[in-house]
Amino acid sequence: MTSPQLSATFARQFPNGPEIAVDDLRLGGGVTVLFGASGSGKTTLLRCLAGLERPDRGRILMGETTWFDGARKLWLPARARDVGFVPQDYALFPHLTVARNVAYGLSGLSALERTARVTEALRWLGLEGLEQRRPAELSGGQQQRVALARATVRRPQWLLLDEPFAALDTPTRLRLRGELRQYLRQLAIPTVLVTHDRFEALALGDSVVVLHAGHNVQHGAGHEVFSRPVNLAVAEVTAVETIQPGRVGEIRDGLATVTVGARPLSALAVAGLVPGGDVYVCIRAEDVVLTRAGAEPASARNRLPVTVRSLAPEGPQVRVTLAGDFPLTALLTRSACDELALRPGDTLIALIKTPQVHLIPFTR
Amino acid sequence: MSSAEWQLVGFSLRMALASLLLVLPPGLALAWWLAKFNWPGKTILETLVTLPLVLPPVVTGLVLLELFGRHGPIGGWLHHTLGLDVVFTWRAVVLALAAMSLPLLVRAARTAFEEVDGKYEQLARTLGAGEWRVFFTITLPLARRGILAGILLAFARSLGEFGATIMVAGNIPGQTMTLPLAIYQAVQADDDTHAWLLAGISALIAFAAVFTSEKLLGRRK
Repeated sequence: MTSPQLSATFARQFPNGPEIAVDDLRLGGGVTVLFGASGSGKTTLLRCLAGLERPDRGRILMGETTWFDGARKLWLPARARDVGFVPQDYALFPHLTVARNVAYGLSGLSALERTARVTEALRWLGLEGLEQRRPAELSGGQQQRVALARATVRRPQWLLLDEPFAALDTPTRLRLRGELRQYLRQLAIPTVLVTHDRFEALALGDSVVVLHAGHNVQHGAGHEVFSRPVNLAVAEVTAVETIQPGRVGEIRDGLATVTVGARPLSALAVAGLVPGGDVYVCIRAEDVVLTRAGAEPASARNRLPVTVRSLAPEGPQVRVTLAGDFPLTALLTRSACDELALRPGDTLIALIKTPQVHLIPFTR
Repeated sequence: MSSAEWQLVGFSLRMALASLLLVLPPGLALAWWLAKFNWPGKTILETLVTLPLVLPPVVTGLVLLELFGRHGPIGGWLHHTLGLDVVFTWRAVVLALAAMSLPLLVRAARTAFEEVDGKYEQLARTLGAGEWRVFFTITLPLARRGILAGILLAFARSLGEFGATIMVAGNIPGQTMTLPLAIYQAVQADDDTHAWLLAGISALIAFAAVFTSEKLLGRRK
């Protein structure tokens, strides 16, 4: 199934709020994650696509169909867009049973077909037996799945999910993340999913669009976006743990030497790099490997003597704050941490592979 | 209770019910319109709708008398084209009760509509529902308790209406005489026993209606 491309260039200004200005956003098949901090305009963008919010100007096209055209005063209302929408709190109709919630969008079908579709959708999502329940009698995870069933049972052209896990507790969230991924794969309906969680974005998105202050600033594969941000704003939105100013030295064979503090680092050269130019050096915490001196493998080109400042457990991982030629953050599994018997004050070697040192030239 | 008293109670209930049916469609439409949209001059309409609540009922009755009298703009038209007379008939009773209960119904229903979270209506639209379907399957069912409470309040108000009714319908036994009018008549005739009996019946019905209305509103919280 080839899905029509969704392309959008539009702006929406709120009286006392920020402006949302999307420039040439193109969404194809698969799952596209809209990633950004709260207030970056993710939800507004999604509501504009759903037809619940009308932009001030610009255009939104879905394949050959015009959803919005400010200049021609065209506006396709939500009910005509054939889009499945799941808001953050699901908005299940509180006065209707699960079965009637799911069947709400099937009013054009015969009663027989309707029942068949509802039954199928509930089975897919493991909701059998809950047909006659009211939304208030369901757990958060069940509510999320009913909302998904209601949005997808019509087989819409696009699926729009606003922070589908925001209303769930952490264990449920982790369990359902895998289920949602599988469900979206099976459905093969092009999907836009809003989140501010990096791991959710990486787990669910075929591609990631980063929103910053209402603008779409980067669009690419998840790993690409999170480890190679195009500018400082993206690096900050995606919470790159270490961002340090540096100066470019030699550039040769696609590699660049850059000095941070007094320490030369080897990195991949990027467009716009000039010898002697200023850059931001970005290093993701999970790309920093710690070893005891003398035990390091030979593959990593960058070796930095560091001292452990503090250890902060984060679920199954430990965030290690390090001091050396420049401040550095590493993210280790708890077992790796135990193996090294890390203590504040320990001196270690931090290893960082060349491709994992990402450079952003100052001018961009 | 004598059969005449039963008849009086029956007539009063029928009149209140008829006025409710008359007021319900335009009242709900108006309430919905006031709850969901803003337009210039909205406050003027809101004020006009609420006016019968605070105006002396006799004044409301006087206005109705002017409008619906045989020489009035509406009453004249009804008389000439449909041969219908309103003033000093049971129709005038229904009209007076409707005018007096409309504000209560509209105010209650408006609040009920406003309390329906717009997110449900928006979601229904993304599922392909048009505005009529959204209203009848989402807005109205979610607002039903508040509306029902308003209906009961309007009904109770109708049963107690005196001033507007006597202006526009008179006090004709068996034709336009409702419970409050009969109580007034009984007191005028020095028949205190009768007056107190009717007063007791009025109080009982009013209590039941308001009690149910409060129950409905309380359960929603």
